[in-house]
Amino acid sequence: MGSSNSTLSKIPNLGRLIEETGFTPAHIKRLYKRFQALDKGNKGYLSPQDFGSVKELATNPIGDRIIGAFFSQGQETVDFHSFVRILAHFRPLDKNRAKRPDSPEPINSRISKLRFAFQLYDQDNDGKISRDELLQVLRTMLEMQVTEEQLESIADRTIQEADLDGDNAISFDEFRKSLEKVNIEHKMSSRFLH
Amino acid sequence: MKLPWGAATPLLLAALAGTTWASSAHNTDPQSNTNATNGTEGNSGLTSLPIVTWKWHHVEQPYLMALWVLVCWLCKLVFELNHKLTATIPESALLIFIGFVLGGMIWGADKAQTFTLTPVTFFYYLLPQIILDAGYFMPNKLFFGNMGAILTYAILGTVWNAVTVGLSLWGVYLGGIMGDLKINLLEFMLFGSLLSAVDPVAVLAVFEEVHVNEVLFILVFGESLLNDGVTVVLYNVCDAFVTLGADRINAVEIIKGIVSFLVVAFGGALVGVVFAVLLSLLTRCTKNIQIIEPGFIFVVSYLSYLTAEMLSLSSILAITFCGVCCQKYVNANMAESSVTTVRYAMKVFANGSETIIFVFLGISAIDPEIWVWNTAFILLTLVFVLVYRIIGVFALTWILNRFRLIPLEIIDQVVLSYGGLRGAVAYALAFMLDGNKVREKNLMISTTLIVVYFTVVLQGVTMKPLVNWLKVKRTSKTEVSLIEKLQNRAFDHILIAIEDISGQIGHNYMREKWNKFEEKWLRPILMKSSARKKQDQLFNVFHQLNLKDAMSYVTEGERCGSLAFVRSENNVNLDFKKKLASDISDIMPDINSDSSDTGPYTIPMTCIMQDNVPTVCLDVEEDMRGKSMRDTENINTHHVLQMHLYKARKQHRHRYSRKEMGLNKDENEVQEIFQRTMRNRLESFKSTKMGVTQSKKIKPAKKDQIPNGKHKTHSFEDADFSDDNVFSSDFAGGVASGGGGPTRLSIRSGGGIENPAFMPDVDHASPLHTPPWSAVVDDGVAPSQRAQVQLPWSPSNASRLTPLRISTRSNDSFILADRPTAQGEQPPPSQPKSTPK
Repeated sequence: MGSSNSTLSKIPNLGRLIEETGFTPAHIKRLYKRFQALDKGNKGYLSPQDFGSVKELATNPIGDRIIGAFFSQGQETVDFHSFVRILAHFRPLDKNRAKRPDSPEPINSRISKLRFAFQLYDQDNDGKISRDELLQVLRTMLEMQVTEEQLESIADRTIQEADLDGDNAISFDEFRKSLEKVNIEHKMSSRFLH
Repeated sequence: MKLPWGAATPLLLAALAGTTWASSAHNTDPQSNTNATNGTEGNSGLTSLPIVTWKWHHVEQPYLMALWVLVCWLCKLVFELNHKLTATIPESALLIFIGFVLGGMIWGADKAQTFTLTPVTFFYYLLPQIILDAGYFMPNKLFFGNMGAILTYAILGTVWNAVTVGLSLWGVYLGGIMGDLKINLLEFMLFGSLLSAVDPVAVLAVFEEVHVNEVLFILVFGESLLNDGVTVVLYNVCDAFVTLGADRINAVEIIKGIVSFLVVAFGGALVGVVFAVLLSLLTRCTKNIQIIEPGFIFVVSYLSYLTAEMLSLSSILAITFCGVCCQKYVNANMAESSVTTVRYAMKVFANGSETIIFVFLGISAIDPEIWVWNTAFILLTLVFVLVYRIIGVFALTWILNRFRLIPLEIIDQVVLSYGGLRGAVAYALAFMLDGNKVREKNLMISTTLIVVYFTVVLQGVTMKPLVNWLKVKRTSKTEVSLIEKLQNRAFDHILIAIEDISGQIGHNYMREKWNKFEEKWLRPILMKSSARKKQDQLFNVFHQLNLKDAMSYVTEGERCGSLAFVRSENNVNLDFKKKLASDISDIMPDINSDSSDTGPYTIPMTCIMQDNVPTVCLDVEEDMRGKSMRDTENINTHHVLQMHLYKARKQHRHRYSRKEMGLNKDENEVQEIFQRTMRNRLESFKSTKMGVTQSKKIKPAKKDQIPNGKHKTHSFEDADFSDDNVFSSDFAGGVASGGGGPTRLSIRSGGGIENPAFMPDVDHASPLHTPPWSAVVDDGVAPSQRAQVQLPWSPSNASRLTPLRISTRSNDSFILADRPTAQGEQPPPSQPKSTPK
């Protein structure tokens, strides 16, 4: 226990982090160790190169997008707090935690999970998934198996399915509606080990 | 509904042939013998040749079998007529009631129960089909995703049930409430083990109607499927113990029992996997014997069952895993029609046996011989079965929830424990008890029956209200949508990435590793190379959606009375339209058509005016343009005639072949002719609109050139629209070849659907507001544009589609060229249209 306390004590604003993300101290401790492992040279922050050292990510078709999601606009670094905050999106929903009406939307709510997914598409941050943005994702995810023309028609069809206002792009609202029946809570949750 | 019976008949026959209602055969023997003596065989001194003879004895056995199958299925038919009834009482319960009635009738007639469900029939002929069906249609991702929970319930839960029920009954027996029974501890354990299994047949029958959420469903279902295997193993071990006798059981024997349990269970699963591999390999090379291709699935899986049985491994687990493991590869390897066949045949068998099983469960009850009543024993068994199930589920779930990502809620647990229906497996196992060793066999049978009836009928009936009352999360039947599929794929990737980043080896990580392995090693071995290519699920969904659209589009078109749009885009027409763009005045007069409302068989011939510019220029190949006018013309003439004239119907009819399921070419011809008629009529309609006079004559002389062979040409005419394969490949090809020249594929997939006639809001008042030739003519067909416009009109999406989405970016000359024609194509509603039949 002594070691755990010493690890935790290194983390500033621990209480707020726990409050904000809902992780237990054990979780935080584990993630902190992971953070340190990723952080080559003990900079105290992670750079995109640090993520690049995770070799499985290189084979993940949307790996670089997910890495990108850790970095807020224009920034090249991510500190531990943001790191944990991003990961907290993937914490399973907890029913037991009393939801105070005045408390802000928890970070792992359905909506924020969806928003995270949405932002992976919406690379230019205009609040819309355009046809081109969708195509890019499709291209990486389907890889070689499909021709460009097929990709395009898939993209068109996908947009058409979701597009309600006819602007040939998917806004977040439309995105949310089209995935209404998907069990997001389940599909965007990962079990965090202690 | 393609050939659900055809290919699978061998197995059905086998099943029927083996389905000896054994006791019936024996019991009715004397009767039939007397019949025989009275009948023909007695008349040994034949004086003259009998014209017909009564040979009941000759056919008796198969006849009775077939009759029983028929009767059982008719029962189902009868109460399926009343939906209200089946909505409240599950089918299984109704079938049991029908069984009571039938059993009563038999007993009334024979004063003995001549028909019962024998374990041999059940285990060898009825059960495998149901289990195979369950395994084959198992949602693999869900199943393996929840494997941990399923195995926990199936193994620990079942053992728990068996042990606790057995021990508690024994304890109560020692207490003396049950009176004097000749049962020892081991027999109690045996009884407990045979009652421990949740029955997949019963569970499926009930849960299929309830539609609980998929996780809950897979838990109940997977458990019931796997624990059958476990129960049988447990039963065999206990049975062996009983045979050994209590005094010879020591620690070594018990350990042996546990080892044997594990070996039998996992060995059975292994046998199943081995056969699944064999089956997958086999289907790789069955291309040339497509008609019996589906049969392999049944035969090989059945063999896996029998092989496991032969090796005294768990046959149920074997066939389950055979089905689970082979489905992916088999479905990819086989032709689409074979896949459909397997699917339907599987359902026919499974549903059929299920029906038979329940009816016979009912019939078996009407037999005073088996009924031994011991109130305490029966009631206590019932109570213990229920209570220990609940305790078991809650205890195991409590453990599981510590590891589960999404914990199971209390409500789920209630449904899970309430779903512990016992069924025919328990009954068959009880029936199999050796009366010499187990002296209270009949008491056990009757208790088992009571438990089965109680759980299937009472719990089955109350399940639905319970689920409603508890507000259990249901599945909503959703339509597949691309965005969901895409997003699910994205979610998978995201989760894997997150697990990688946070540095933990989780569920997704393992799955990813497995997928990689599967892709690298298993697929190349087990899957045809052609099938491997179209494995992308996302694309498959896209393809399916398009297929569905096309279907609904055709349906819609047919409803409107015209099929013209289906084939209106062929080379002839399109090239015609191209020409139209260049020199309209030359061409218009040449379009000959018969506008009178002729039947499909009086063929309006489009013929060619020799002296004019060729009206219908078939540049299927671009280089044809280089040929001399005359040559082209001749080819054209020939070609057109080939396409327009058909041989007389008769000659194509009545083709019978055991080797292939030929499509009825005849019907195609009729359709073809009909469409041609329609198109020509519309052409003429158009030309009238344009103020061009028609100068058409049918030239009988041309009839010399009717090809006397088949009407086959190299063109699209052979493509049968009703044939999924052709159409689908067309579609894929169409999309693939999108950028190219006017290939038929792209034309059909694109143009055919772009028909304003079926877009409700298109303004028909000004049909020719965009002359096609004024549009940009460009061969580059952007499939994306087509994709945008090609959603058909159907009530659900009409609103989204009504604005004809040809953007300014559209350079699809075909589509554009098509528009005026298509608008002209609007058939006058008053004109009676005959469907081409």
